Amino acid sequence: MSDAANVEAAVADGAVSTGVAEAPIEAFTVTLIIRRFDPEVDAEPHWQDFDVQMYPTDRVLDALHKIKWEQDGSLTFRRSCAHGVCGSDAMRINGRNRLACKTLIKDLDITKPIYIEAIKGLPLEKDLVVDMEPFFQSYREVQPFLIASSKPEKERLQSPAARERFDDTTKCILCAACTSSCPVFWTDGQYFGPAAIVNAHRFIFDDRDEAAKVRLDILNDREGVWRCRTTFNCTEACPRGIEVTKAIAEVKQAVIRGHR
Amino acid sequence: MPDTTAGSVAAQPAGSPAVPRVPAPRRRPAGTVYRGREGMWSWVLHRITGTAIYFFLLVHILDTALVRLSPSAYNAVIDTYKTPIMGLGETALVAAIVLHAFNGLRIILVDFWSFATRHQRALFWVVVALWVVTMAGFVPEQFAHVFGGAS
Repeated sequence: MSDAANVEAAVADGAVSTGVAEAPIEAFTVTLIIRRFDPEVDAEPHWQDFDVQMYPTDRVLDALHKIKWEQDGSLTFRRSCAHGVCGSDAMRINGRNRLACKTLIKDLDITKPIYIEAIKGLPLEKDLVVDMEPFFQSYREVQPFLIASSKPEKERLQSPAARERFDDTTKCILCAACTSSCPVFWTDGQYFGPAAIVNAHRFIFDDRDEAAKVRLDILNDREGVWRCRTTFNCTEACPRGIEVTKAIAEVKQAVIRGHR
Repeated sequence: MPDTTAGSVAAQPAGSPAVPRVPAPRRRPAGTVYRGREGMWSWVLHRITGTAIYFFLLVHILDTALVRLSPSAYNAVIDTYKTPIMGLGETALVAAIVLHAFNGLRIILVDFWSFATRHQRALFWVVVALWVVTMAGFVPEQFAHVFGGAS
């Protein structure tokens, strides 16, 4: 809860209050419909309803916590930092890939139930948890690390302009929201996917790196950048606001040129 | 692999009666429709129109090839194309081709011009507008031919 909300609450109470609990901020009931799946019991996933009391400042992740802690401890989902940095809690919220920890309840239409399900295209393990291994496999294949033969005494210098060239793609948190929003990836799990290409872009356009050619060759594959159909689902889904499709287009052009 | 370690330990708690496991669940359950925006729907339309045009071309090559077998059979087939139902089919074909053509140009721009990549959503509505204008020029004339017997 924000400080401003606390102050407002204190003013409304007519007393200087320090407790958040007595804040008379209006709570509302939200219905969440979650796609549940327990591999040890269910043959097929099924939808389950939960009603929770939420505040305007709450996020979808808070609703999931409330359900898990107060109603059904078996609800399974990933989350770590809970602040949009670790990239653990990507899920499909009302049909779109979002981070549960960055989606405020009040920004959704709460007159209708909120639908929550696991991200698409990766093997479902339990409830909102999927097997991320195929995703990380593609990520590793593009060699997402600096490859340089020179061994400088101190740091490797780079001009601000050269750093700016790939700034957008350094923001990736590997949450898989982009890759699992891609219609090509849903039907063809072999496709590298947006996230792997974004992370290749980060090194291909880094002038300190010497292996741009190697990565361009890897992505000039049948399952590489040419599988991109520019649906822009990835750009819409990215919680860091990376222009993913633009990065893929730049890699496509670099493959045609044959160098960065 | 994750699904053979933690999962199998939980599946067989010590001392509990052996419960027959349910058959292996489908690993990729169908969910709801992903709510993509203009970019995704333009791709869906591009796929549908592209497939439809492909099947038209297949039939079109066959009916044109018929003229080498028997000119009278060819004429008979072409005559059936002059019915109103085929006239509507023709209209749908032109609609599909026009959309596919304009959207194809949009995709080329999106791939090669960073301005277009950033403004792809506006460009999709430009494609729709161009489609409406082109069809507005074509449909009245076509319907006059099909239903008015102007030809």
